[in-house]
Amino acid sequence: MKIKSAPITNSAILSVGAYRPHRVVPNSEIVDRIDSTDEWIVQRTGIESRRFAGDDETVISMAQAACEQALKRAKLTIADIDTVILATISYPFQAPSAATELIVALGNPKAAAFDISAACAGFCYGVAMASDLVRCGTSKNVLVVGVEKLSDYTDPDDRATAFIFADGAGAVVIGQSDEVGIGPTEWGSDADSRDAIILNPSYLDFKKNPKLGVADLGWPNIAQQGQAVFRWAVYAMSKAGLRALDAAGMTVDDLDVFIPHQANIRIIETMAKEMKMPDSVVISDDIRKNGNTSAASIPIAMDSLLSERPDLYGKTALLIGYGAGLVYAGQVVRLPLAP
Amino acid sequence: MALSQADVLAGLKEIVEEVAGIPAASIELGKNFTDDLEVDSLSMVEVVVAAEERFGVKIPDEKVTDLVTVGDAVDFIVNAAK
Repeated sequence: MKIKSAPITNSAILSVGAYRPHRVVPNSEIVDRIDSTDEWIVQRTGIESRRFAGDDETVISMAQAACEQALKRAKLTIADIDTVILATISYPFQAPSAATELIVALGNPKAAAFDISAACAGFCYGVAMASDLVRCGTSKNVLVVGVEKLSDYTDPDDRATAFIFADGAGAVVIGQSDEVGIGPTEWGSDADSRDAIILNPSYLDFKKNPKLGVADLGWPNIAQQGQAVFRWAVYAMSKAGLRALDAAGMTVDDLDVFIPHQANIRIIETMAKEMKMPDSVVISDDIRKNGNTSAASIPIAMDSLLSERPDLYGKTALLIGYGAGLVYAGQVVRLPLAP
Repeated sequence: MALSQADVLAGLKEIVEEVAGIPAASIELGKNFTDDLEVDSLSMVEVVVAAEERFGVKIPDEKVTDLVTVGDAVDFIVNAAK
């Protein structure tokens, strides 16, 4: 007897939602501890301010808020969602997963739910999986949420990172569509360079050295080799972006919007130059106001852009996430239609 | 392919001018990229990648920090191209 399978359908991003923590942190709050200036930070990264979550703004509560906004805009309820994929590197528990905590908070503890660890590429990894789950009929409506509370894992005295990382959440609903709304994903790793962005030490070091604390061992804050990451991000990722366009049967001239991971405005601008993006392409620069929120940066940037430019609803966008691993994923998508 | 010091310096001047907007006339062998020419660490990566393409050499990430002066970069590229 033959095994029955669901017919292949099309997938699309049906809506986007975001949560930005209440507290806006300007560079002036960061500079004293790293002997820097607002001008230096803006010139090197584009970042003018970022958001830091308070104690009452957790990975789960921020993800919940972003998901609830995305659901509302898709005119769906949590009961319509059968799968939740959560991307993060800053949830402070190994198990149960953040995704299972989230589905309880959202009110559907029966949905399939899991976390993915792909750092700043996490959201685009999630979009890839959600799209294929929908296309193959495994899932009908998937929530993909990128959420980070990186202020818990950032050393405020580290002159290389203190001004970069930030907190927030962004979510999309991915469901069936009459037309192709999500192109093939171009993804992969350059794991020989996995030391370029790290969080050390291991939690096990605290167990092995019970008499020592954070003051002795440090804390798994993010450390990165700036020049190596910049080089990889600009030159390898611009090629990956072009491959994602090619896989979707497009060139940069067919593109309306470019929403790369918001790592650094210099990376974004140099990447666009390398890809020979025409001036007509709208390029997200959300990093200026929200910093680098890792897995959350692309959906937050998408939400910001559509709020500021409603004419971009339904337009064609290239997404590309890249980060610790080093790992990356990119795809061409049709931005959600106006809610 | 062997490259002369003069050829590499001329090429580097063009690259630094294009990447960092520094007039080629002010770029000399003894000039320090950071202190004299104000080429920051990220622009330095752009210079290095452009130099790799132009001169057909590899400049690994760990070597970039050793290229303090224009002369350091010229010497490295001339040797790498031998």
